Amino acid sequence: MTTAAEAPAIELRGVTARLGGGAGVGPLDLEVARGETVAVIGESGAGKSTLLRLVLGLVAPDAGTVRFEGVAVRADDDALRRRIGYVVQGGALFPHLTAGENATLVARHLRWDGERIARRLSELLRLVRLPEGIVDRYPRELSGGQAQRVSLVRALFLDPGALLLDEPLGALDPLTRALLQQDLRGVFAELGKTVVLVTHDLAEASFLARRLVLLREGAIAQIGTLEDLARRPAGPFVSRFVGAHRSLQLPEPEARS
Amino acid sequence: MRGGLGIAVAIVAAAAGSAARAAEVRVGSKAFTESIVLGEMAAQLARAAGATALHRRALGGTRVLWEALRRGDVDVYPDYTGTLAREILSSEAPAGPDALRAALAARGILISGSLGFEDGYAVGVRREVAERLGLARISDLARHPEVRIGFTNEFMDRADGWPALRARYGLPHQPRGLDHDVAYRAVGAGALDATDVYTTDPELRRLNLVLLEDDRHAFPSYDAVLVYRADLARRAPEALAALRRLEGRISVTRMTELNARAQLDREAPEAVAASFLTETFGIGSPPPAEGVAARVLARTREHLALVAVSLLAAIACALPLGVLAARRPAVGRVLLGTVGVAQTVPALALLVLMIPLLGIGAAPAVGALFLYALLPIVRNVYAGLTGIPAELRDTARALGIPPRARLRRVELPLASPAILAGIRTAAVITVGGATLGALVGAGGYGQPILAGVRLASVPLILEGAVPAALLALAVDGAFGLVERAVVSPGLRPRPHQRPGTSR
Repeated sequence: MTTAAEAPAIELRGVTARLGGGAGVGPLDLEVARGETVAVIGESGAGKSTLLRLVLGLVAPDAGTVRFEGVAVRADDDALRRRIGYVVQGGALFPHLTAGENATLVARHLRWDGERIARRLSELLRLVRLPEGIVDRYPRELSGGQAQRVSLVRALFLDPGALLLDEPLGALDPLTRALLQQDLRGVFAELGKTVVLVTHDLAEASFLARRLVLLREGAIAQIGTLEDLARRPAGPFVSRFVGAHRSLQLPEPEARS
Repeated sequence: MRGGLGIAVAIVAAAAGSAARAAEVRVGSKAFTESIVLGEMAAQLARAAGATALHRRALGGTRVLWEALRRGDVDVYPDYTGTLAREILSSEAPAGPDALRAALAARGILISGSLGFEDGYAVGVRREVAERLGLARISDLARHPEVRIGFTNEFMDRADGWPALRARYGLPHQPRGLDHDVAYRAVGAGALDATDVYTTDPELRRLNLVLLEDDRHAFPSYDAVLVYRADLARRAPEALAALRRLEGRISVTRMTELNARAQLDREAPEAVAASFLTETFGIGSPPPAEGVAARVLARTREHLALVAVSLLAAIACALPLGVLAARRPAVGRVLLGTVGVAQTVPALALLVLMIPLLGIGAAPAVGALFLYALLPIVRNVYAGLTGIPAELRDTARALGIPPRARLRRVELPLASPAILAGIRTAAVITVGGATLGALVGAGGYGQPILAGVRLASVPLILEGAVPAALLALAVDGAFGLVERAVVSPGLRPRPHQRPGTSR
């Protein structure tokens, strides 16, 4: 048995979960190493979001174990959740709080002192390239891209061990989306955190992550790089999924190193 | 939760208690002119005998007064022997005055001798109809099923009313049940031919009604008496002796005339009573009349107290109940159903149901208003909390905020527009509903309104209705300010948005 310090960031072993709608996931086996960026891809309803929710303990598995940094995830382990940053499509900012209040909510709950909160906030605003003036705006006064960046600041505020991003760029226009993809890649590189990114867009996935996890109907169809999926597909579904993105350029050899 | 109601009741009881403790004789009266005048006579006589007398006037119907007397909320009130025998003691149906006295005494209640007149039921028929059809006795009605009869609702239900009449005379009619004043207006307008009347009613002459003879004696005698608690003789013997001076002193014509002055000439009942006492006993002077402003101020204080106490208690209970309902769907269904049932009970019935539990005065009114205010608040707290988008609830959990802090920092603020809307609805219901409190002696704006309806006096009705409407507007305005203070600007509709789109 590995000790907590050397355990993988995220570890799913034989996990199954039935969901209310009748669809379910599993059995899932997956390991994400510390500092690694993994993209989970697949069609709508393939179980991508459920995978993230299992890691957060928002969904309880019916069988198998979910571990985060070696610790079994329980349903209401708030301390553990605070070590994981979570960003969803649209940002899910609380509309009754300003951007700044959203970002600092948990720190304020933990009674960080004001100076520390202010310092951390400006640091993160710089990181995600938001102007300081935005903190007093309410979510409805923010553009989609700004909301998503604020959401990222909120997720990063306590300096978590891992970031879970569920379609973070899903609701954005193409230009904003491209800008944010660039910026996200920069943030991931700068922070060196474990990142699990859920997207249905293969191009986005391969732009932000090296290892891809392709889900199909709740099960893992294949794990590998884009090249693995394209050149050595594990089955006809993988070919079809990759083929649907035919216009895509394969990454240049030097980018793959 | 129970604490909230307990405190509310205690506050009201303390407010009411300060007056009640000093009073030695508490007089009650029913909600019609004659009863109020008689009650006022009793109160003034007791005062003249050195007692501190309080007159809780126009409390409601027979049941309300009887319950209040049994509980000791009032010590004495005027009633009629027939009513006591048939309405209160209907199961025993005591035959004769001695049996009645014995049956009442067994309950710790005594009655005075007759005050000198009978105010019985009679069937009144429009003179024109009576002459055309040759109606002189009630038995004549049996031959004329075409006569259109409307009886007051109380008469329709009372054992000594329509059921007794129909059984004794075999009447084929299908009378309508109406409000007393409406029945009189309908007879006056020729829309009805006959209705039940009181024999001392001053309006009989004006309406030009012929009273049919009760030739088969369906109605018992209705001697006016004072009904009082047995312990009054011990607690205030002088006052009781003074009250009993009324025995045999009021004739039917005298009472009818006093009723006419109070009801038709709109003389204040205390002035009518005082002039009778002065003429008959050489005592009594009407208490100084309050000015309109002082009256409105007093009613406002009572009304505000009713609204504030019941609303605050309802908020204190409904918030946790709503949160519980939102957290546990199974509990929530039962809870919302139970609270909803209270809402379906008519306000008047709820008030009367409260009397055995809480007596008369402010307490039963607060109890009933509290129950009425619960539903809109509980329902809106529930709807506000369950209406929070799933991704926001999940995000709050995923951020690692513990449940209590989630409720305080995220869920309640997000639900605050709905919760405030519920409280606002409850406040409006309470401001309106509190007018009914006057029926059980809670005072408030209902008091002038009820008196105005009784006396067909528009100024009196307005004296209650106008401040009630202004209070409703003020409450509404106040909630606008509360909304500003409580609801986050991020949730408030912006001027250029359609209201509600930002929810």
